[in-house]
Amino acid sequence: MSESANEAQRELISFRVGEQFFCVDIMAVREIRGWSPPTPLPQSPLFVTGVINLRGQVLPIVDMAARLGLPPAEATARHVIIVVSIAGRLVGVLVDAVCDIVAVAPDALQQPPDLTGEAASAFVTGLLTDEDRLISLVALDNLIPPLDTGSQAA
Amino acid sequence: MAEHRPVGVLSPESLAAIRVVFFQECEEHIADIESGLTALECGDCDPELVNAVFRAVHSIKGGAGIFELEALVQFAHRFESALAEVRADRVEATPDVVRVFLRAADTLADLVQAARDGQAVSLDRTGAISEELERLAASQAAAFETFDDLDFEPRPIAFTPLPPAAGPQTWRVRFRPHASLYAKGNEPLVLIRELGRLGEAVVELDAEQVPMLDAFDAEDSYLSWTITLTTTADEAAILEVFEFVEGDCELVVSREAAAAPPLPAPAPAPSARDAAPEPVEPRSVGPAAAPKDLTAIRVDLPRVERLVDLVGELVVHQAILAERISAETSRRSDTVAQALDDLSQLTRDIQEGVMAIRAQPVKAVFQRMARLVREAEAASGKRVRLVVEGEATEVDRTVIERLTEPLTHMVRNAVAHGLESPERRSALGKPVEGLVRISAAQRGGRIVIEVADDGQGLDRERVRALAVARGLVAEDATLVDEDIDNLIFAPGFSTADSISDLSGRGVGLDVVRRGVQALGGRISVSSLRGAGSTFTLSLPLTLAVLDGMLVSVGGHGLIAPLASLIETVQPRPADIRRLGASTSLLSIRGSHVPLIDLGRALGYAGARETAAPHGVALLVEDDAGEQAALLVDEVLGQRQVVIKSLEANYRPVEGVAAATILGDGRVALILDITAVIAAERRRADHANVAA
Repeated sequence: MSESANEAQRELISFRVGEQFFCVDIMAVREIRGWSPPTPLPQSPLFVTGVINLRGQVLPIVDMAARLGLPPAEATARHVIIVVSIAGRLVGVLVDAVCDIVAVAPDALQQPPDLTGEAASAFVTGLLTDEDRLISLVALDNLIPPLDTGSQAA
Repeated sequence: MAEHRPVGVLSPESLAAIRVVFFQECEEHIADIESGLTALECGDCDPELVNAVFRAVHSIKGGAGIFELEALVQFAHRFESALAEVRADRVEATPDVVRVFLRAADTLADLVQAARDGQAVSLDRTGAISEELERLAASQAAAFETFDDLDFEPRPIAFTPLPPAAGPQTWRVRFRPHASLYAKGNEPLVLIRELGRLGEAVVELDAEQVPMLDAFDAEDSYLSWTITLTTTADEAAILEVFEFVEGDCELVVSREAAAAPPLPAPAPAPSARDAAPEPVEPRSVGPAAAPKDLTAIRVDLPRVERLVDLVGELVVHQAILAERISAETSRRSDTVAQALDDLSQLTRDIQEGVMAIRAQPVKAVFQRMARLVREAEAASGKRVRLVVEGEATEVDRTVIERLTEPLTHMVRNAVAHGLESPERRSALGKPVEGLVRISAAQRGGRIVIEVADDGQGLDRERVRALAVARGLVAEDATLVDEDIDNLIFAPGFSTADSISDLSGRGVGLDVVRRGVQALGGRISVSSLRGAGSTFTLSLPLTLAVLDGMLVSVGGHGLIAPLASLIETVQPRPADIRRLGASTSLLSIRGSHVPLIDLGRALGYAGARETAAPHGVALLVEDDAGEQAALLVDEVLGQRQVVIKSLEANYRPVEGVAAATILGDGRVALILDITAVIAAERRRADHANVAA
């Protein structure tokens, strides 16, 4: 993603979680779909709400609100699942709404300040402002804690 | 000489593709070599066996030559030369000779694998066996000389027309492939190039038979070649090039008219330029090659896998459709119901058909065991006779791949621990040669593999003492023989002092059992002191679909594998007894089993009083035979489900073996019964410690 040097702008998809705005690189997004009730998984972190059927694949769902340490989303049919590809795995990210596609020049992205202690510090890698909004760029790699570890984790 | 280069037109991609096929074929050839030699070892002296082995080795050599795999070519050549001696009855296929061949086959397999992976092979691995092969090949040379002494009468007159053996001769080779040659996947260019290696070749193509486009049949053969070859090689060497297309082409080999007609006229000499080539009886070299099975095709695995996946989808969607229709039409018409039933039947048939494509006989795995036994024999100094039964039993590929590891362990164990040393065996009055029998059979939707030996059997007193010493059982526990035998699978049972170089390799039987259980399989042992042990491994025939019971817990569907389900019971409140702080027991016909509230165990639905009178209990058995009852809300019925990996996009989850998709399109988790019971036991332990 860093190969977009100067004129190459990055396209990002922005979404809303509660009152906050985030965005992910559009290249990682496979599709956006409506919410369907997930099947809960035992022994999983609170923010993994379960799995759904994505055309025959079993897709884990990450509740973005819970991931941020906010109260878990009371998901309804109005919620949206952004299906993203993370290192070859497909993961659904549950958000309140998808807002926009934003094109940004690399230098428009600011380094986030030290967010120590904030759950978001693990995956927010950049900040940008669009009109009055602050939009945090989410690095998907760290959205979910290491997946391969034993079943006892979390 | 420059004209035999057309192979150069092959692109690197097609060469790479041919290479892949070559290595696939190598595996088949090696399997043929193994089965041929094994039959020879068992005393079958059909000469066709040696021929088949010879052909297979020769094919590997030929292919290896194309890809310039020198080490492989050289070794295959030595192997071939030694086999040629047996083939020509100059060396007898005694058991010792066959053993050398078997070891040579192992080395050949190693070399093929090394070539495929692009690894170098150290000489000391091939050196010893190479020498033995050479000795075999050379023993004939000696014999030959004796023959010369005895029988050879110099009759120079007869040979005068022949040019000196060393001098080059010119041969004319007319080669006209039949369509069948192409159909069997042969490539004339490779043959012609091979011919070109013998000397200087001038290749002429005769394309006159190629018809106009409207009459052109792409599957037919229209081309023929005339190769003028100047070589020091003899006619046999020329014919050998075409050995594998024999019967699939017209082949006329004649010496150039410059010299007088050769003494052994190879075939009716064709007039130099015959416009319409008469079909000429091809000259035969030895028995005709066994015709390849034209009813089989080779298909890339990913294509089959894709088909399997798609059919899995079809099954799910058929179920969704059926469920939707029954939900939305209050009064189902008979015709719709009938049509749905037919569709369901058809879908199942398709699924079975597709799974059958992926099914493979266990033979490939068993053949690897033959090698293993030979190695174990060498390492332990024991003599072993391996008997294999039911190797044609078919299971799904997914299972075949996972079979090798447990089987390897069982076979090694049989040789290392089961069989006694030859001295001890003869002292006991047993045959010096120990017997290891591997058998496979299909039983009730599962494959059952047994590894039996006629060795000493388990020493139950020692097993029990060890288990007590390691704290696996209480000293005063009452155990039946079967329980004691199966203690060897307990975690922590096999430790350093019971691991020999041969059997151990650091993996205990508990690890093997866990691996088998992860596949939905079981492993057990039965033993008779002094008469031997039998390890029994049973696995599902496929890892793609599973028969399960759909239950509902806290509003979520769950699948309990039918294989571990014993029965379902409707417990009365009086049947449920509490024991201690955290355990409930369910009494079933007088015996008590732990009752596990599945909703709580999985973290669904907040803790419910386990004594709840409603709900249904599933009496299940884990892979060690431990029973437990799982309390669920409702039993919804039996389903055959397509297994979906949870790890593909997520990670393994304790207590969950996999997932599947139900008729309503939702995901249901498939329970890992053994893990659920184990987790519950741990939880109870923790609770006790905390209390």
